[in-house]
Amino acid sequence: MSINILLSIIVTSLATYVSRFLGVLSSVRIKETSKLFRWFNCLAYATLAALIARTIIFPVGVLSEASYLSRVLVVLLSLGIFFISRKNFVYPTIFSAISMAFLNNYF
Amino acid sequence: MVKKELFFRGYKSILKSDSPAIALGCCFIAIGALLKNIGFNIQESIFSTMLIYALPGSLVMAESILVGASLISIFIAVWFVNARLYPMAVSLFPLMMDEGQPKWKYYLSCHFIAVSAWLIMKSNYEKIDKKDRVDFWIGIGSATWSVAVISTIIGFYLSDYLNKDMLMGLAILNPIYFTCMMVGAMKKIQVALSVTLGAILGPVFYFFSPEWSILLGGIFAGSFAYLIGEKNVN
Repeated sequence: MSINILLSIIVTSLATYVSRFLGVLSSVRIKETSKLFRWFNCLAYATLAALIARTIIFPVGVLSEASYLSRVLVVLLSLGIFFISRKNFVYPTIFSAISMAFLNNYF
Repeated sequence: MVKKELFFRGYKSILKSDSPAIALGCCFIAIGALLKNIGFNIQESIFSTMLIYALPGSLVMAESILVGASLISIFIAVWFVNARLYPMAVSLFPLMMDEGQPKWKYYLSCHFIAVSAWLIMKSNYEKIDKKDRVDFWIGIGSATWSVAVISTIIGFYLSDYLNKDMLMGLAILNPIYFTCMMVGAMKKIQVALSVTLGAILGPVFYFFSPEWSILLGGIFAGSFAYLIGEKNVN
């Protein structure tokens, strides 16, 4: 293994584990019925939503090459399928992959 | 040690029809292909998914390696993008804390905190006795973790056969799956507001600071949703 790649992996995993580990340490003193727990629950959902929205609107990697219009269109259509299919998770997910690959050639 | 029955019950939860295994797998196939394209060998790719097991972190690492960033800047960039794992841990582990369970289970199994396993646990924990929840969680985490590692291997070897359109399809799958899961979880006012405001404020803060946007967007949106929710309940 090249030393640079190996070090990058170790540094990345440490940076990731820090947040997980500190989270567990803090959890020892937090009761699940407390207000603090409810606040952190809101923070977790909001941060995840912020991350997902950012991934779609300002993507990194291969998605950044797809047009903004095609990404928004895929999200809206997939959400439409999600509601039509009575909140089934699988149909909109599979639809999104196929429609993204297809729409990328047209928009 | 870990109770086998609970472990396997957790492990099998990814076999359900609405499980995140497909979305998670497809995403790590894309990561496997990406890692090969930036010069990782198969051992490095496997090692990377096993140790990091957080998708945005792996993407940031890959981008940083491409631009030749220093190790310190990689650490800071990854820490920022993965800091969401802290509130995720704090909003999950108090549900599993039990005096009778050894601490090492919690310190080791926190490695499994990722959106997929977190959402499965959040929607299933009430069915499990509190003292057994950590064993169930270890089962869920081991399952999603093995899907990620196997998919990375598949992606690595498939990379020569995947064109750009296919990679784009694989990359959009995960955010769409999680968008649907989050919308599905919007049953209480606090969660519904957190998700809606987070989705708006995250991108808005991106214009001020791309690095801080997820954290700041999450903190503002979550706190605001909490306050409105508490007021409503009272």
